[in-house]
Amino acid sequence: MTDIQRLLQSRSFVELGARQRARAVLDPGSFRELLGPFDRLMSPWLPRQGIVPQADDGVVIAKGRLNGRHTVLAAIEGGFQGGSMGEVGGAKIAGALELAIEDNRNGTPTSAVLLLETGGVRLQEANLGLAAIAEIQAAIVALRSYQPVIGLIAGAVGCFGGMSIAAGLCSHLLVTREARLGLNGPQVIEQEAGIGEYDAKDRPFIWSLTGGEQRHASGLVDGYVADDVDAIRQQLLQLLDTPATDRASRHAWFLERLSRLGDDCPQLDAAAVRTLYQGETQ
Amino acid sequence: METLTFQFAAAEPGRGRTVVGCVSSGDLEVLIEPGTAGSLQIQVVTSVNGSGARWAQLFQRLFEGRQWPAVNIDIHDFGATPGVVRLRLEQGFEEIAP
Amino acid sequence: MNRASNWLPGLAGGQALPGYPASLQVIDGELDNRLARFIAVVPDAHNPFPRARAGEVGLLEGWGLAKAVSEAVEADRHGEKRAIVAVIDVPSQAYGRREEALGIHQALAGAVQAYARARLAGHPVIGLLVGKAMSGAFLAHGYQAQRLIALDDAGVMVHAMGKAAAARITLRSVEALEALAAEVPPMAYDLDSYASLGLLWRRLGVDNAETPSADDLARVRTCLADAVRDIGSSTDLSSRLTGENRRASREVREHLRRQWQGA
Repeated sequence: MTDIQRLLQSRSFVELGARQRARAVLDPGSFRELLGPFDRLMSPWLPRQGIVPQADDGVVIAKGRLNGRHTVLAAIEGGFQGGSMGEVGGAKIAGALELAIEDNRNGTPTSAVLLLETGGVRLQEANLGLAAIAEIQAAIVALRSYQPVIGLIAGAVGCFGGMSIAAGLCSHLLVTREARLGLNGPQVIEQEAGIGEYDAKDRPFIWSLTGGEQRHASGLVDGYVADDVDAIRQQLLQLLDTPATDRASRHAWFLERLSRLGDDCPQLDAAAVRTLYQGETQ
Repeated sequence: METLTFQFAAAEPGRGRTVVGCVSSGDLEVLIEPGTAGSLQIQVVTSVNGSGARWAQLFQRLFEGRQWPAVNIDIHDFGATPGVVRLRLEQGFEEIAP
Repeated sequence: MNRASNWLPGLAGGQALPGYPASLQVIDGELDNRLARFIAVVPDAHNPFPRARAGEVGLLEGWGLAKAVSEAVEADRHGEKRAIVAVIDVPSQAYGRREEALGIHQALAGAVQAYARARLAGHPVIGLLVGKAMSGAFLAHGYQAQRLIALDDAGVMVHAMGKAAAARITLRSVEALEALAAEVPPMAYDLDSYASLGLLWRRLGVDNAETPSADDLARVRTCLADAVRDIGSSTDLSSRLTGENRRASREVREHLRRQWQGA
């Protein structure tokens, strides 16, 4: 097959909505949505502030199979309120992972897939979003001791705020070229630290530091894949059978690497980060 | 933000239910599910205040004078143009078509 | 002025352990006749990372917390699990170019995982809020604790984003934001509203929240010991779900559970 044929046959994953993404990832016919839009569990806080809610609060939860194995999947809809985590959407993810932990304890091995497309806490539900993210993080750590939790950041929103920390807790993290992964959004950094520190309008600069390709090249994610439905599913299936890197437990390694930057760390470009983070045990 | 309701004559209850669209800028979410015989009910929650007449006109053109299945339609609108609204409604009805 | 550095020595009573970044103070003391590790993130004017010099949680702090907590877990693997007390006054995570480039999210994930694994391994983990507990900084330092205790003081604040920044991001004036926050408890900046969410186990009045008296220290230590006993053998965060303004969090879980079996 030529490159052009391949291009013509590829189906973009990034262009899909959260529900379509969930269906595309799980084994054909195995998708069972929980707390779907017709249950109408919506944000109690947005309408009070004059903001139109969404019937599923921007989170799709599904039980299904991945290569025949029991899997729970959570997909965040980046189009609704920037994929932000409110009380309901956050509780849907945390609650689903908590039930998967129970199933594992009771002898039904169940893994998890998180489709992360989120700016982090929904500011209109601030402290309840933050609390929910702490509970999602707690559940990821607990579930991982039984079965893999795989995070996928496809784009176009990327994964930021407290949910970027959640991404850092996953057994495996998969990204595309359209993905960005970082704690703080560019605007917030520019506002807090000044345009000299971070120019939120300089897109090439931001992508060079936080884009999917850079994160993969510097060992901060496990897989890098084209924006194609089939390729993404194949990579997810592969990661399911790969031992976890447990990056979050490598404090000794990271502290040693950071110490090489000296007593007054200079600004670094993408290449310097790749060089610093090269080497074994990543 | 405001909430509007509309009602039109309809035939027998429709079958199946579906959700299309998303509450994102310039778009809307449409939920369609079976209603009670003879009546097509619509509830619109929209971010655009004072748009009641526009919605009424759009729905009249679509739903009056034709026999639609009796369904309940729930709309969460984030500033969609009439063209996008029509597109989403057509998409929704297509998905529940027998 | 950082409140955590004012509280830590009196609460813990020992010497700071060597081997950590200067922005991290780790002291092994005792609580309720059991070993206890007290941990605080404090300002360090000479921090190699300039955006983390005022007590923010940055790269060194995230990985340093991970080290402090996971080394305690390792040391107690076969013995009694020491209590772990996060003494919290963290104004924010570090906002900077170096931080994003070097993966601050992963450093904070290191801290979160260490605290969560300590809890799961049977350590009583307590978050003591003596000042600010903001956003990602709080997630990394304290929010994984089985019990959260807050000093009943106007200087104690939990939030996802500082007032000024939140106003800018949501395109509101600070006044408009405050007016809105007064009607929406999860958006509010005051401790009463936060308490109504049910996330705090106790609020504790003291004479001086900035610089504690001997009485204050004794009162807080008693409360911490109560928390250790109250935790007992629980290892999860389920005690946080009873708040009056957290109804939807409960409803979602109840509905999910009902649908889970049949799906």
